[in-house]
Amino acid sequence: MGDEGKLVGIVLVSHSAQVAASVAELAKGLAGTGSAVPVAPAGGTEDGGLGTSAELIAAASASVDRGAGVAVLTDLGSAVLTVKALLAEGDELPEHTRLVDAPFLEGAVAAVVTASTGADLAAVEAAAAEAYTYRKV
Amino acid sequence: MLDAVFFRRWMAVTSAAVDREAERLTALDSPIGDADHGTNLQRGFSAVRAAMDEEPPATPGAVLTRSGRLLISTVGGASGPLYGTLLRRTGKALGDAPEVSREQLAEALRTGVDAVRQLGGAAPGDKTMIDALVPAVDALGDSFAAARAAAEEGAVATTPLRARKGRASYLGERSIGHQDPGATSAALLIACLADASDASGAYEAGEASGG
Repeated sequence: MGDEGKLVGIVLVSHSAQVAASVAELAKGLAGTGSAVPVAPAGGTEDGGLGTSAELIAAASASVDRGAGVAVLTDLGSAVLTVKALLAEGDELPEHTRLVDAPFLEGAVAAVVTASTGADLAAVEAAAAEAYTYRKV
Repeated sequence: MLDAVFFRRWMAVTSAAVDREAERLTALDSPIGDADHGTNLQRGFSAVRAAMDEEPPATPGAVLTRSGRLLISTVGGASGPLYGTLLRRTGKALGDAPEVSREQLAEALRTGVDAVRQLGGAAPGDKTMIDALVPAVDALGDSFAAARAAAEEGAVATTPLRARKGRASYLGERSIGHQDPGATSAALLIACLADASDASGAYEAGEASGG
């Protein structure tokens, strides 16, 4: 369990605002109604184009931080590199923010469902990463 | 010795060069990338230039640290965190010395390049900016001109390579025959460093005369 029943926050970073928002909606929907897990999308650039915004990522991370840590999932390329660069900076993202190595959609569902049980950041990370092993054929 | 004025000039010269070369960088990024390299860098270095003019940092390290942070937040593509990390780590390695030697810069830049390699996971020969930066850092111990030539040579040498990092890597064999846009812009950054060192002041980048 996370500290004092606090829930891990989830941030979903995609090159596309629509993709990030839709994956957030899907993951929350599959976690079940009444799930209190804070999930925030950080998609696209600040002017609405395709790309990555450090500012949107920092704002989304701050908005889901309940004190139990923040798991950040990304799609690819600049989304991954920007989160890594912000983490290397030290003070740009909430304390106990982690870039989770996971497939974006499947990992997001696993992370949100796991976080909704009150699991800690390490458990959320492990569940999201395990989504890589989910074979469809 | 190189002071904050020199480093601010490097950033100003780079901003002007990126404006001048934006179309070429984007054109290189069209067959093997997503055709935004020039405009992305233009946005980033414009922000850097504006910040340097507005509140000029007082030390070489501060110029590069501030510039790197701005690139991370303004570029919007992979070149933002990559160039941002390069400048920021180089700046941090320079510390708060009011002046640094070329040799100290070469050493700091190596720290920056190592951080970029760690961030992106690219090695020499992967057809990335690393192919221009590594030889440039090696040559910077000799002279600015040698660094410029080595970076340019490294960028040109990416043409026959097959991309192993980034979007171009999805193209496999089809990435062969195109000069890498990232290596090209990295060579431009190093060329601008050599320009900034040109004591004749032939490159008038506004700030160059401003002191």
